[in-house]
Amino acid sequence: MDHIVIIGNGIAGATAARHIRKLDNACRITMISEETDYFFSRTALMYVFMGHMQFEHTQPYENDFWSRNRLELLRDRVMAVDTDRKELRLQTGEVIRYHKLLLATGSLPNKFGWPGQDHQGVQGLYSKQDLELLEEYSATTERAVIVGGGLIGIELAEMLHSRNIPVTMLVREKNFWNSVLPDEESAMISRHIKEHHIDLRLESELEEILADSNGRVKAIKTKKGEEIECQLVGLTVGVHPNISFLEGSGIETNKGVLVNRRLETNVPDVYAAGDCAEQRQAIGERKAVEQVWYTGRMMGEVVAQNICGKRVEYAPDNWFNSAKFFDIEYQTYGWVWSKPKENEASLYWEHQDGKKALRLVYNTTNGALLGVNAFGIRLRHEVCDSWIRQKVHINEVVKALETANFDPEFYRRHEKAIRKHFKGRTAIA
Amino acid sequence: MEKEYISISLAKPDTHQLDAVQKGAVALGLTGLALLLITAFGVTFSNNALWLAISIGAIMVGAVVYAQRTYLNQPAGIRNNGVYFKSLTSRGALGWMAGIVLTLFYILLYWYPQYLGLGKDGAPNTGLVALFDPLSQFLKGEPASQWFMYGALYTLAILAFGFKFILKYRHNRYQLFRTISVMFFQLGFAFLLPEFLIRLNYPYNDFKEMWPLNYDFFDEWSVNSFLDSGNLGLFMLLFGVAMIFIISPVLTYLYGKRWYCSWVCGCGGLAETAGDPFRHLSSKKLSAWRLERWSIHLVTVFAILMTVGVVTSYLSEVARAQLIWGLVILLLLIGVLVAFFRRKHFNGQTRAIFLSVAALMAGVVLIHYFATPAKILFVDSQKLRSAYGFAIGAAFSGVIGVGFYPLLGSRVWCRFGCPMAAILGFQQRIFSRFRITTNGGQCISCGNCSTYCEMGIDVRSYAQSGQNIVRSSCVGCGICSAVCPRGVLKLENGSPNNRMKEDPAFIGNADNLMEYIKK
Repeated sequence: MDHIVIIGNGIAGATAARHIRKLDNACRITMISEETDYFFSRTALMYVFMGHMQFEHTQPYENDFWSRNRLELLRDRVMAVDTDRKELRLQTGEVIRYHKLLLATGSLPNKFGWPGQDHQGVQGLYSKQDLELLEEYSATTERAVIVGGGLIGIELAEMLHSRNIPVTMLVREKNFWNSVLPDEESAMISRHIKEHHIDLRLESELEEILADSNGRVKAIKTKKGEEIECQLVGLTVGVHPNISFLEGSGIETNKGVLVNRRLETNVPDVYAAGDCAEQRQAIGERKAVEQVWYTGRMMGEVVAQNICGKRVEYAPDNWFNSAKFFDIEYQTYGWVWSKPKENEASLYWEHQDGKKALRLVYNTTNGALLGVNAFGIRLRHEVCDSWIRQKVHINEVVKALETANFDPEFYRRHEKAIRKHFKGRTAIA
Repeated sequence: MEKEYISISLAKPDTHQLDAVQKGAVALGLTGLALLLITAFGVTFSNNALWLAISIGAIMVGAVVYAQRTYLNQPAGIRNNGVYFKSLTSRGALGWMAGIVLTLFYILLYWYPQYLGLGKDGAPNTGLVALFDPLSQFLKGEPASQWFMYGALYTLAILAFGFKFILKYRHNRYQLFRTISVMFFQLGFAFLLPEFLIRLNYPYNDFKEMWPLNYDFFDEWSVNSFLDSGNLGLFMLLFGVAMIFIISPVLTYLYGKRWYCSWVCGCGGLAETAGDPFRHLSSKKLSAWRLERWSIHLVTVFAILMTVGVVTSYLSEVARAQLIWGLVILLLLIGVLVAFFRRKHFNGQTRAIFLSVAALMAGVVLIHYFATPAKILFVDSQKLRSAYGFAIGAAFSGVIGVGFYPLLGSRVWCRFGCPMAAILGFQQRIFSRFRITTNGGQCISCGNCSTYCEMGIDVRSYAQSGQNIVRSSCVGCGICSAVCPRGVLKLENGSPNNRMKEDPAFIGNADNLMEYIKK
């Protein structure tokens, strides 16, 4: 009986475990996690801190789900992988033998060598332990500074704000998340952040973190020389694969664990999926390391097939993602770059309330739709996906906007205003 | 630096601690409530009209000011901050206290109304009930009963908390319209119209409350009172029958059971407004779902059989046989239809429906052969009816249904006991255009939808696997869709074909991996 061991119980690992069980009823499956007993939704940690939910609510399956499906759970940390003997050495000293191994260890928050980055009160936000740390620090925090204007940064701002802790956000770019969002969207979200009384400081960078005599953060300095008193510093400048325990294992790594399209590493019977995997050759316009819930799930589905002996490639369809910036929901389909690439142009509409917007990116030579950014308007994944896949002409898309609307019933509709605004603005060579 | 720090902390946007204005508003509302409460302890005011106006006014103003202060000083959006930190909304000490006070109120109301001041045997009212005499005199020209007092307070709760709900969800027009609708039906149809009817010497009738929720609709005295009231009475009787057999099935086919449960119904109205702060307390466990299926179907079977028994007791021999065999044929037909629609999915839900239908058939046949006018199946029919009234009508729907809001969530009655919800839900599951659509692969399994489902449906388990949600218990309140941070859920009416999407293909991977799994 094969023993399949999965390191990590996040979305990639848990999805793989479920799918392996569907494909193979006999094998033994063990999931090892240092972080938690059971799989939980990492994206929901913020709601626990804000008091919307309790931690148990972030667990998508009831606790007995795992034993009912004979998925063994082990709470431990893997210290080293011996690929020759097919063994894992755990922190408790236990040694586990595997026939097939899946690495799904996720990420760790980035720290870029700032002076004082290891003081007490400085932290990232990724794991359950990070949340517990935040709970501890925030109790004695009068003001917090968040470094980095990305998805985690704004979530952390919303979380602290919900506890009535004043927040300063340092953002390197001239508007929030401007490296990903085009200028207009980025400016709109920046305005919304300020509307929520967040002290958003644009084109600001961290220079140094200062501590008091107990080693606890007391202030930060920016590159512009400003000093901001604070007792908590959230470092939210991205994450990197959590793979340091693989050193010396013979498993090839770069930023992440290098894998081919079937998510196999260079070592037979060792696979990697989710945040910690790096494609040897990036797929299309995608990044080689994809650190998104959805790609973790999709890789988990694919790697299960390959572990069970079917040859399936990780071949993701059009890119999609979503987020919520305080009260503004964001969905994106296909590619929308912060600056248009060659032969690209876009149509942009923004509602006068500054909380709804739509951008349609198209190819200027043939008019095909390339990407959609929607803010404050929900769109149907299926419709947007098929428009992009079938290279539907931008003018046809504008005509058929209604078919993509996914807002709740009775919501005010904006298609007419959008069409009117877009009329005559498409520029196709 | 320092200056900015202060200005920001003064804004105090979404704290879960109350500021001075909120505290004042809560104090005002509680004072109004306290005025009602002291009358319940036997204090009788000399000017009831004045004191009633003062106490209701204080409650309304307190609620309005509190709601405005809480929600209007920040941008519109989902505001569930601190729900699990507040004692009242997380089964803390305040939650238990509220539960106990509400439960005590219901016990007095149903079984000891004299302690609320109801005058016995023509004696004048005192205390709390007397406080409502002027309003009752004004509306229907007679002193208040405990039920009038209860109806007025119930309506007040729906209006005050409805206003709060509207502000809380002011960005969401589905919630807005739905709440205005329940407020309208409560005030107009459940409270004012029946009282006016009495004033005009017509039978008391809440047009929207249909059998079997209104379980004595077909009782002899009820039917006779309609028949004795001329054309309008006849209309009421026919309208009640039409509601059950025509209007309700058509609306449920078109829109799902939500047209009733979360747009019209009074129980639903209270749950959606006053009960909203407790909606997340409903159990999402699989075991709760199993219990729900047994209990709601048992109550339904019991309610229907009891009505059949009562009706047969006053019908002639011939009419009785016609009714019984008509019902048997109807039930057979339903059984065949269920078998047809669910032929591919014989699961627990289907089994529960079959068991219910079989139990009903056996029940009506037994009634036919063994019931006498005084006895339904060897039990005294009056005793049976009062047992139902006690256990279901009062204890379940009132004491547990509302009294336990702060402990078990706001829809305990609707979920575990309401026979109307069971019948509508049965149709919703089998034969309706309604479903909650899942949006492609956008679910992040965060759990907001499941947590805030007042009916205890594990919405996430469907959303994260790409399935649509078609559940008999769903009342279509739309909160799962509202709290979803990624725009994944939408309440929709559409073609009944493949509305369950039981073999979903996730959008995301180019290949449909479910195909591989099936191979």
